[in-house]
Parts: sequence; C-alpha cells; structure tokens
Amino acid sequence: MAYITCRDLELGYDGEAVTGNINFDVCGGDYLCIIGENGAGKSTLMKALMNLNRPMSGEITFGDGIERNEIGYLPQNKDFQRDFPASVEEIVISGCLSKCGLRPFYNRAEKKMAEDNMKQMDVYDLRKRCYRELSGGQQQRVLLARALCAAGKLLLLDEPVTGLDYKVTCEFYAMLGELNRNGMTIVMVSHDLDEAMAHANKILQIGREQIFFGDKDDYLLSESWKSFHQHHKRHVIPGGIKA
Amino acid sequence: MSIFEKISIYFSYPFVRYAMVVSVVIALSASLLGVTLVLKRYSFIGDGLSHVAFGAMAFASVFKMINNNVIVLPLTILAAVFLLRTGKKAKVNGDAAIAIFSVGALALGYLIMNVFSTSANVSGDVCSTLFGSTSLLTLTAGEVWFSVVLAVIVTGAFIFLYNRIFAVTFDEDFANATGLNADRYNLIIAILIAVIIVMGMNLVGSLLISALVIFPALTAMRLFNNYKSVVICSAVVAVVCAFAGMMFSIAVSTPVGATIVTVNIIVYAVASLVRRA
Repeated sequence: MAYITCRDLELGYDGEAVTGNINFDVCGGDYLCIIGENGAGKSTLMKALMNLNRPMSGEITFGDGIERNEIGYLPQNKDFQRDFPASVEEIVISGCLSKCGLRPFYNRAEKKMAEDNMKQMDVYDLRKRCYRELSGGQQQRVLLARALCAAGKLLLLDEPVTGLDYKVTCEFYAMLGELNRNGMTIVMVSHDLDEAMAHANKILQIGREQIFFGDKDDYLLSESWKSFHQHHKRHVIPGGIKA
Repeated sequence: MSIFEKISIYFSYPFVRYAMVVSVVIALSASLLGVTLVLKRYSFIGDGLSHVAFGAMAFASVFKMINNNVIVLPLTILAAVFLLRTGKKAKVNGDAAIAIFSVGALALGYLIMNVFSTSANVSGDVCSTLFGSTSLLTLTAGEVWFSVVLAVIVTGAFIFLYNRIFAVTFDEDFANATGLNADRYNLIIAILIAVIIVMGMNLVGSLLISALVIFPALTAMRLFNNYKSVVICSAVVAVVCAFAGMMFSIAVSTPVGATIVTVNIIVYAVASLVRRA
C-alpha cells in the first residue's frame, strides 16, 4: 500500500483544466520529483496533495497509515510579510502544531523536536534571531526545519530552491538527500533537472496530461526525457538556475 | 490643591473607578488582537467595524432598544466575519470592502439619527458616539462587569489560541496543509475583534477605537522582533497608556478617549526614536 495514490486526477482553476489523466503513487522511502513546463500544473498538483485545493475529478488517497498531521510542507520561497516579528524558534516549533490536537501549548517532546530539527538544519545558533533578518538560504533552512517538525514520514516541497544561489542550492539538495537516506519520503516540484536526476528515484513529468511516471533510470532512456532535456538546454530556467 | 489630591478625590467616586477599570481592560484586549490585525494587513478593520457599530447603534437608539448591545454586537460580528473571510477571494478587495462598510454604515447611521431621532441635540449625540464621551462616566456596575467578563473571555481565548493564531497569521497555507483549519481561526479572530470594537465604542467612541487596536501593536513592533515579546509589549503599552491617559484627562479635564489615543501616539513616536537611535 502506498503513502499517496492518485487516480485519474484532473486539475485546474475555475472550471478550466490545466492538466489531467494523472496517475501515480508514492511509497515509503521514495524521492519523487515532479517536473514539467511552466504552467503545466506542477504547483496545482502540489496544492491538491496538500489539500489546499480540490482536484476537478479523480481521487487522491492517503494510505499505509499516514495521517495528515505527518506531512510536512515547504512552500515556494515567497516573501513573507517583511515586517513580521517572528524568531526562528517560534517559526520552527509552529510546525509541531498539527500534533497538538486540542492541547493549547507545546509539550516537552515537541520543544525537543523543534530543537533537534534546528540543530539538524544548522539554524540552532540563529534561534533567537528574527526571520526577516536572515539570508535566503538561512530562511529556507528554517522553513525546512519547520516542515520536518510537521513531517513524520512525508515531506512535500514546492520549488524549494527558487531564488537561492548555486552554492546554497547544492547544500540544500545535499540535506534533502541525507533526509531521504534516513527514511524520509520526499515529493518535490523542481525546475532543476540535474539535481532532480541526481537524487530522485522516481520521476513524474506532466504537461497537458501525464507524460511520464516511473523510475528515474527508465526515464533517462525515454523519448520524453530527451526532448524535455534538449528543450531546456536552450533556455535558462526561471529562478536563475541553469538546467 | 495638588494634582494628587485632586486625583484621589476623583477616585473616591465609584464612576471614576468604573471608568478606569473599563478603559484598562478594553485597551488590553484591543492590543492583543491588534498585533494580529496589523500583521494580517487589517489595520483599518477597526475603523470599518466601528462605523458599522455606529450605524447599528443609531438604529438601536432610534427604535429605543433598551439594551443597545442586543443589536449592535450581532451586526458588528456579522460585518467582521464578512470582511475577514472575504478578504482573500472576494470580487471586491479587502480594503475596498472595508471602505464600503465604513462609509456606508456611517452615512446610514447619521441619516437614521437625523431623520428619526427624538433627541433635541442630534449633532451632540453623533459627536459622542463617534468620539466617546461622558457615557464612560455614566457606566453602571452592570456594564462594568459586562466589559470585564468580555475582556476576560477575549484575553483567555487569545492565550488559549496563541500558538494557533501565530501559525495562521504567519503562514496560512502551511497551517492549512498540515491540517489546521485556518478559516476557523480567522472566524474566531473576526468574532473577537467585533466584540472588542463594540466594547471600545463606549470608551473612546467608534472613531478612535482603531487607534487602540493599532498603536500599541505598532509601538511593540518597533521595539521587539519576536512574536511573543511583541504581544506582551503591546499589552503592557496599551494598559499603561490607558491608565496614564485616564489620569491625565481627569487631572486636566480633557476628553478621555482622545487623551488616551494621544498618549499612545506619543509613546509610539518615542519608540520610533529609540529604534532609530
């Protein structure tokens, strides 16, 4: 039984389909990378997995004992309100909230968990600092630490490296790879083909409909990879990262 | 007679003590939610809602309702829910919606008061509803208890939901994605703010209540950069300003609401200078 099973998904906004005929599943320990052209509906798919919007048709089922409060989410590096007064530790521990149920305050185990995740993401020394004063890479590590607090088993990431420079991007992917090797299941939307191919074990490519789903090794031999890769060689991918 | 003697004489009157208690508890509850509202870019909701409450109050007083709050509170809550919930996906943008409510209710309220009022002094009535007035000095013990109970409920709810309010304010998508129902908490925030506005109208009047909501929060955000300190500082600033403003207005016979807001403005200005220094 898979963590996530998607059958015949059709996704879109306001009654207009963006993409359809999507069938895939995510099993424990997978590192699934979702790729596709701009506007192919990658983020829409991610939002549907997150229950932030409803698919137009088809179904998403969660299985293998995974609960909604065991899923962590790392959003695109959007500009949070610039004047928001929040310290790193406040943000990280807010990831534990889904585990609280009706309890109003965090217990000791959750505080410990937040501390461990800050240490793991190397932001523990920054814990008293204000989020808005951090660099882009530091901010993204803070959000990853928060996502880890929420994620028991499954981590969803939506173009996590947008706007980060090359070195920070590499470090970030290394951290994700490490997490995956330690058993975390990862589903990521990415523009960054090279990194996707380096770390992922499964690939989902979508366009107007599903183009490919399967193991990375099979994908690398497929026609869709060749044409997609050729096409992208000629373009600089948005976000400043070259494919 | 020194100012202290004067103040102590005033405090021997129960109505002065009532006014003091009510102004402090209202300032406290307004400041707690103020942080959230400023951060959610809803600074003006206090203004809009207070005008809705003004309209409702005009309506209630014309029809000689015995207890104004029976109609004012539900209508204001309704408006608050509408404004905060439609903020995201409405056809009319959040700020425009607030402006529509604010101006519309003000105009209708004044119209109703003017056409139907039996009072001889309509502009006096309007003025005191907008700017607060001696009504603060005519509070009954029952009204004081009502304010205190509401303030305890608001403060209690805020403390109880503190972590959730933080999560929903900082990143609504993440909250939703991890299974927290952000809409539910936005609804609670809307109800709480409506309750505070209606309470605050007696104190500073509908025009100045948004000052009580935003100034302590802005002052605190100048001085601190984590959420917990900002909330605590905001509450302390609000209580101190309400107390000081009340004292000053008693000692020098200035209008209560306007004085409290002026003290808030001065404290904010000082905080801005401290930040810069």
